[in-house]
Amino acid sequence: MISGKVWKYGQNVNTDAIYPAKYLVHFEPEEVVRHVMEGLDPEFIAKAKPGDIIVAGDNFGCGSAREQAAMAIKLAQIGAVVADSFNRTFYRNAINNALPVIALKGISKEIAEGDEIEIDMETGKIIDHTIGKQWSAVPTPGFILDILNMGGAIAYYRGKIGH
Amino acid sequence: MGLTMVEKILAGHAGLDRVEPGQIVEAGVDVVMLHDVGTPGIQRPFKELGAERIADNIDCVIIPDHFVPAPTVQAAENLKITREFAERMGVKHYYELGRGGICHQVMVEQGHVLPGQIIVAPDSHATTYGACGALGTGLGVTDAAIALAAGKLWFRVPETVKIVLNGKLGRFVSAKDVALFLLKEFGESRLIYKAVEMTGPVIDGMSLESRECMADMALEMGVKACLFAPDAQTMSFLRQRAAQVPEPVLADPDAAYEEVLTFDLSDLSPVVAAPHSPSNGKPVGEVAGIRIQQAFLGSCTNGRLEDLRLAAEMLQGRTVHDGVRLIVTPASQAIYRQAIAEGLIQVFLSAGAFVTNPTCGACVGGHLGLIASGEVCISSSNRNFQGRMGSRDGQIYLASPAVVVASAMAGEIADPRTFDGGEPK
Repeated sequence: MISGKVWKYGQNVNTDAIYPAKYLVHFEPEEVVRHVMEGLDPEFIAKAKPGDIIVAGDNFGCGSAREQAAMAIKLAQIGAVVADSFNRTFYRNAINNALPVIALKGISKEIAEGDEIEIDMETGKIIDHTIGKQWSAVPTPGFILDILNMGGAIAYYRGKIGH
Repeated sequence: MGLTMVEKILAGHAGLDRVEPGQIVEAGVDVVMLHDVGTPGIQRPFKELGAERIADNIDCVIIPDHFVPAPTVQAAENLKITREFAERMGVKHYYELGRGGICHQVMVEQGHVLPGQIIVAPDSHATTYGACGALGTGLGVTDAAIALAAGKLWFRVPETVKIVLNGKLGRFVSAKDVALFLLKEFGESRLIYKAVEMTGPVIDGMSLESRECMADMALEMGVKACLFAPDAQTMSFLRQRAAQVPEPVLADPDAAYEEVLTFDLSDLSPVVAAPHSPSNGKPVGEVAGIRIQQAFLGSCTNGRLEDLRLAAEMLQGRTVHDGVRLIVTPASQAIYRQAIAEGLIQVFLSAGAFVTNPTCGACVGGHLGLIASGEVCISSSNRNFQGRMGSRDGQIYLASPAVVVASAMAGEIADPRTFDGGEPK
């Protein structure tokens, strides 16, 4: 189970908002994490605490394929991202970096900033303890749970590479 | 039921007779394209995978384009990492600075994209390869490293949506306008995860370059891939560039589409996407008159020869407005050379435009054309997110090359159909 306090964002949060293109030259973790959400909310890195959860509207992570967007959120130790829907490349990058992501249409209208929520990736259950409501998203496929549980795609594929 | 283009391509590469939307398959990959952001990016995952070389079935193509020539020391270091990786791995298709250009354009023009292939790249606009009937899709550096090392990758089989475009485009209405119109209709999220097949008389009448523009721009609708069935034009283009061109993989006549969406585009006006979303399209008339400081003609969306030819035709004997800088960035060295041979570059320079080397520079807000706070840029590129081309307090309007050039001459957003005294329709 993942539980934490919510930071809320809107629709179509794009990768330039999550990780501005001017920092694309950086892959060093300590530099990447400094710019998390900088294009949308420069205060985010100062105010977000490990385990906090991001909740947003449709198409979270749209725009470029840059993996630093998912990396930055993971490096900021955000527990999960919950959204009405995800951009597909961001979704892959998140899974590959062991950042739990779960989609449920309309969820962003239900959960408010500051709410304490809990997520079960396996069953798809999302519980908002602040307002005492719960919802069911599509359970995460086993293949994706395996990648998340192993700590990401590198760990999953390591050893499966032929030489 | 039959299969769509993408279903057939995925089934073929997964060793299966058929696949269903929603199914997760492990499919072989044909080509991995890397640039000067992606190559440094894959170093850590490639190493952590324990990989020592590129899988035998992978054709790796490396094309530095984002920060070229290096505007900063950090970019220079990344270019060095890119070059050294190509050498170490024995990559045959490495395009040194001055030999390539913007990666997606180089991929197609140099014959690295063939019908029915699966091509992945750590760059979202890899959807461009759909113009040649390939499944091109962007993903992150971890996925790219896995594809390179393992030669295969997992894919969720997408639902396919068929878009039928009827009618005939009017004067100064182009592929970019069609793409911006579709984005306005669908928004940035309605088609996420979907594969799109583009068909109809409007597509039949388009050049391959125009289809590349549409396949590139379709990514902004959130699609996984955007495919065009290769026709005689495409096959003839490819046969001039590749030793062996496979027969196209086409959809079955009874393929199961999630939706078939039909539009008639005969009355389409030039479309301009207002800040800060590519889906915020408006007929050019609604935004005409907005003062601009920068006009940008370039990018993997619209820096091709047909774009430069049209721009030169419009600028011939005219000048860029006093208060405007027009930046022209040809999409590849081959296009740049051809544009010089045809006298197009001379026309731009005589008109007071600024011509740069091929690069993603201005489009990604990297170098060679950033905007200041309060400035307005009309751009032929693909994204107008806040801060994309420089200051967060700048404004970016996306449009076709014709609108960009008409606006550059007028000093304000302008309808290209009237720039020479013509009527709007």
